[in-house]
Amino acid sequence: MKKLSARRRHPLAALVVLLFALAVTGGLYAAFAPADKAQADDAAQSLAIKEGKKLYAVGCASCHGTGGQGSSDGPSLVGVGAAAVDFQVGTGRMPAQQPGAQVPKKKNIYSQAEIDQLGAYIASLGAGPSVPTKDQYSPDGADIGKGGELFRTNCAQCHNFTGQGGALTNGKYAPSLEGVDPKHIYEAMQTGPQNMPSFGDGSLSSENKRDIIAYLGAVNSDDTPSPGGLSLGGLGPVSEGLFGWIAGMGGLVAVAIWVAARTTKAKKS
Amino acid sequence: MSNETSATTTRRGKAPAGERVADWADGRLGIYSLAKANMRKIFPDHWSFMLGEICLYSFIIIILTGVYLTLFFHPSMAEVVYHGSYVPMHGVRMTQAFESTLNISFDVRGGLLIRQIHHWAALVFLAGMMVHMMRVFFTGAFRKPREVNWLFGFLLFVLGMFTGFTGYSLPDDLLSGTGVRFIEGVILAIPLVGSYLQMFIFGGEFPGHDIIPRFFTVHVLLLPGIMLGLLVAHLILVFYHKHTQFPGAGKTNNNVVGMPLLPVYMAKAGGFFFLVFGFIAVIAAVATINPVWAIGPYRPDQVSTGAQPDWYMGFAEGLVRVMPGWEWDIWGHTINFGVLIPIVIFPLVLVAIAVYPFIESWITGDKREHHLLDRPRNAPTRTGFGVAWLTAYFVMLIGGGNDLWATHFHLSINVISWFVRIAFFVGPVLAFIVTKRICLGLQRRDKDKVLHGRESGIIKRLPHGEFVEIHEPLNQEQLHTLTQHHQPEPMEIGPTVDENGVERKVPRSQKLRAKLSQGYYGEDNVIPKPTAEEYKEITSGHGHH
Amino acid sequence: MSETGRHEDVPEETLPSERETAHAGAVQVADDPFADPGLPAHEHRVQDIDEKAARRSERTVAFLFLLSMLATVGFIAAYVIFPIDKIVYIWPFGHVSALNFSLGLTLGVALFCIGAGAVHWARTLMSDEEVADDRHPIEAAPEVKAKVLEDFAQGAKESGFARRKLIRNTMFGALALVPLSSVVLLRDLGPLPEKKLRGSGWKKGIRLVNQSTNLPLRPEDIAVGSLTFAKPEGLEESDEEFNQRIAKDALMLVRIQPQNIKDKQELAWSHEGIVAYSKICTHVGCPISLYEQQTHHVLCPCHQSTFDLADGGRVIFGPAGHALPQLHITVKDGYLEAVSDFAEPVGPSFWERG
Repeated sequence: MKKLSARRRHPLAALVVLLFALAVTGGLYAAFAPADKAQADDAAQSLAIKEGKKLYAVGCASCHGTGGQGSSDGPSLVGVGAAAVDFQVGTGRMPAQQPGAQVPKKKNIYSQAEIDQLGAYIASLGAGPSVPTKDQYSPDGADIGKGGELFRTNCAQCHNFTGQGGALTNGKYAPSLEGVDPKHIYEAMQTGPQNMPSFGDGSLSSENKRDIIAYLGAVNSDDTPSPGGLSLGGLGPVSEGLFGWIAGMGGLVAVAIWVAARTTKAKKS
Repeated sequence: MSNETSATTTRRGKAPAGERVADWADGRLGIYSLAKANMRKIFPDHWSFMLGEICLYSFIIIILTGVYLTLFFHPSMAEVVYHGSYVPMHGVRMTQAFESTLNISFDVRGGLLIRQIHHWAALVFLAGMMVHMMRVFFTGAFRKPREVNWLFGFLLFVLGMFTGFTGYSLPDDLLSGTGVRFIEGVILAIPLVGSYLQMFIFGGEFPGHDIIPRFFTVHVLLLPGIMLGLLVAHLILVFYHKHTQFPGAGKTNNNVVGMPLLPVYMAKAGGFFFLVFGFIAVIAAVATINPVWAIGPYRPDQVSTGAQPDWYMGFAEGLVRVMPGWEWDIWGHTINFGVLIPIVIFPLVLVAIAVYPFIESWITGDKREHHLLDRPRNAPTRTGFGVAWLTAYFVMLIGGGNDLWATHFHLSINVISWFVRIAFFVGPVLAFIVTKRICLGLQRRDKDKVLHGRESGIIKRLPHGEFVEIHEPLNQEQLHTLTQHHQPEPMEIGPTVDENGVERKVPRSQKLRAKLSQGYYGEDNVIPKPTAEEYKEITSGHGHH
Repeated sequence: MSETGRHEDVPEETLPSERETAHAGAVQVADDPFADPGLPAHEHRVQDIDEKAARRSERTVAFLFLLSMLATVGFIAAYVIFPIDKIVYIWPFGHVSALNFSLGLTLGVALFCIGAGAVHWARTLMSDEEVADDRHPIEAAPEVKAKVLEDFAQGAKESGFARRKLIRNTMFGALALVPLSSVVLLRDLGPLPEKKLRGSGWKKGIRLVNQSTNLPLRPEDIAVGSLTFAKPEGLEESDEEFNQRIAKDALMLVRIQPQNIKDKQELAWSHEGIVAYSKICTHVGCPISLYEQQTHHVLCPCHQSTFDLADGGRVIFGPAGHALPQLHITVKDGYLEAVSDFAEPVGPSFWERG
């Protein structure tokens, strides 16, 4: 006790007390608030749909139609669900800049709140997969080994064995999975964006998806070990062959040139 | 220097120990006679003559590291559930071959390094053989008396490809297993006996339990054994023929100019072994190769995109990828041309370069020994053919990696495949024409240099205001080097009717030969080199033309 | 030089070898401006004339050898110090194994320095005077050849090989036959193909089990645009023959709006638009499964054969020679099951496929 009282006059003491008080208040609110949560949620929900509709009219309606019914420039969004919106807009794919074989990932220009509002609006058009909760996609405690097996059965054929991406027909491609948010990976499996097939719960259970996300986190993240050294893109024999030719053969030829070169002669005086 | 040698050879009562050991060996092995011929053997110095050494040394490195790997590798297809050091693979079913490869990588200290040295050295070995072969080809070093050695080298290259392929398949990972499945498809496509061969080679239906142990024997015993024999023969012939040399002052067809094996080449070639080994060890320290743990164990219903073989099989892979899907059903039998044609073209393209020396010597009728190398420009047709061959080869390498070119250059694989289909036929023709033109242009430039001297880059202003560039005359050494090559006449059939009006029969093969000979030595295919008369005329009248 | 003059009909044997003699060596036209000036005079290196420079080279060589020794000590130290699972971040190589990196570098330096030392020694301190060695023709002199032919004739005569035809012919017979035993011995490498390549593990009434969840599949599990992989019920990963079986039995299931299915038989063999195709490519047997849900095309990652799953699995690009086999499926008790085996062999074609 003596220690504590000695520290009461510490310059940061006030801050600590303030934080403590805030935490308690928040905790108490969280504990007691659910009483009228449903009501508040409904109100918030209709507000979100309204806001989402506005955003939709500005950013999406030109291709997907004013009511999300789709047009020649974009598919119908009825029944795609909030998960699809969260993925497409969250990864910056939508709104698309230009038509092409495939809409690429780019910088996302919407805030998460705006995306949620858009999602709420699209979900209101027809039931579809909702945005997964954190415990659905969190890799904690998942079976990495099983995830690897599932990944090689279901995903590697397009995305490569560690998710570096690969080619599809006529200029389409499966993108690299490096640095993709687990939530977006989950949503992509759930909704099947663009030409990717969906892997709904009948195809890959929620548990399966978590395993896959955990495996990807283990083999394709910023701090995945590459014990042997440079991973050369993780692309397999083509990049290894290029490296072998350029660095290996190139270096050895340079050494050979040194070995066979004539030694500098003394200057004639 | 002579003082020193006399000092060291001063005899004491008894010969030194080294000499006594040598005496003992000589009495049994005849080493003095051997050493007499070889100890001071002369080798010419040129970096391109060391390409073969890169191959030799990487082969030795592969054997050394390979022996180490066999100490830990289990060539077995018995299945186990993994519970070793690599966590992301826990609980996965795999063969013992794959498990032991993981153990070499994660549990044997230095095992990963040796695995990587082994694999990198294999890539360098094959790349080295390719470059070495091209050096020999473009300089005409394959000509008499070295045609047989060319064939030995070619066989080493082909066997090296298959040794590499079998070795690559041993870890039984997802990529290599896919390659083995490809081989199964190829074997099945062989008319008449395909399904029998497939059953015999795999010991039953794919994948069975025999293919890895069988590949192991082939990879560590059968193929390297044959290669070792060929390699020794190749080296013996290099010693026996003595090395070729580039033309230059004092270098003739009847001598070899260079430095002696002892001590210079003992140090240079011996040192080069350590340089190659050290270099590859550093590569293995900094760059991953074939990370089987990331690829996963093989299962016939799993696959990864970017499924390619190692680079030396990329040519065959390209052929198979871009082949249109032709298949015939005749009288209840299927012929899978989609596979069959590529695997027939593959050896044919290789054989085309292997038999080239014999074709060239038949066309040119050249039966002399050649120890002076050609400059590629002075053999435009041969150089053109070589570049055309390389073009076909590299076009197919692009075809073999079409999916990666597609993703990395934002192209469509369909477009790349079509490009490769067309370029495989058009590319070599264009390459041949362009190369030949370039060679002739370079010949013209050589001629110009001989007659008018080298452009010095010094601009002189003449009194009347004209600017001219000063041309420096070449020295005798350069003049000799640029004019020493032969320019034979093309073969001619001669008059087919003799003076009595009797027609002489000319076999068709001779007519073809005369035509091809024109392609080598005809007026359109060679720039006549300057003659002494031309040179004298111009140099004596210098400045007055 | 004789190149410019046209020759009359030259017999093959002399073409073109005996036409030119200018470079035979000693015979040189006195006033030929292109004549071989002979080996250039040897020029000394700094090390040849300056003992100080030579000492410097000597020290460099010794330093390299010393460095190699140190690197070997470093190799052993690294082997002892670093645990095998230690991962360190080294720019630009990434998160690498400390052991692999240090062992490789030290080994590399140890070896490279020996080589560099030896080569530097050869280049700077050993004599660099170029010497010429004579070549001798590979072909034997005529006397030698005559002697050999004579010896051979003598030997052949003494053997009676040509005269005693009975011996010769029976020997050839024996030598021709004896390798047959080794061919016979290869028979047990594997079984005969018989009908093995024709059928798969699918039979009437076998349920389709989801490869990932290991649960029997119901039609409602398979949504439009989804992709599901299936295996026959009763086939488990732990089975001894799992790999052989799955190499033929692997299925991919997709659902296509029935009005979008162009092939009549495909529609008949489907269930409410759910179609089951073999996952094994008909080209060389890769597990083909790069399914594009909007185009219904499926691409093989090995050789880019492309099949249209909305049109009977027809090949639309690439080297595959025939359509993907489709499995006839139906629903019983709410679960998908096979109506029969594939109508044709799955996987790559073979001679007896028909």
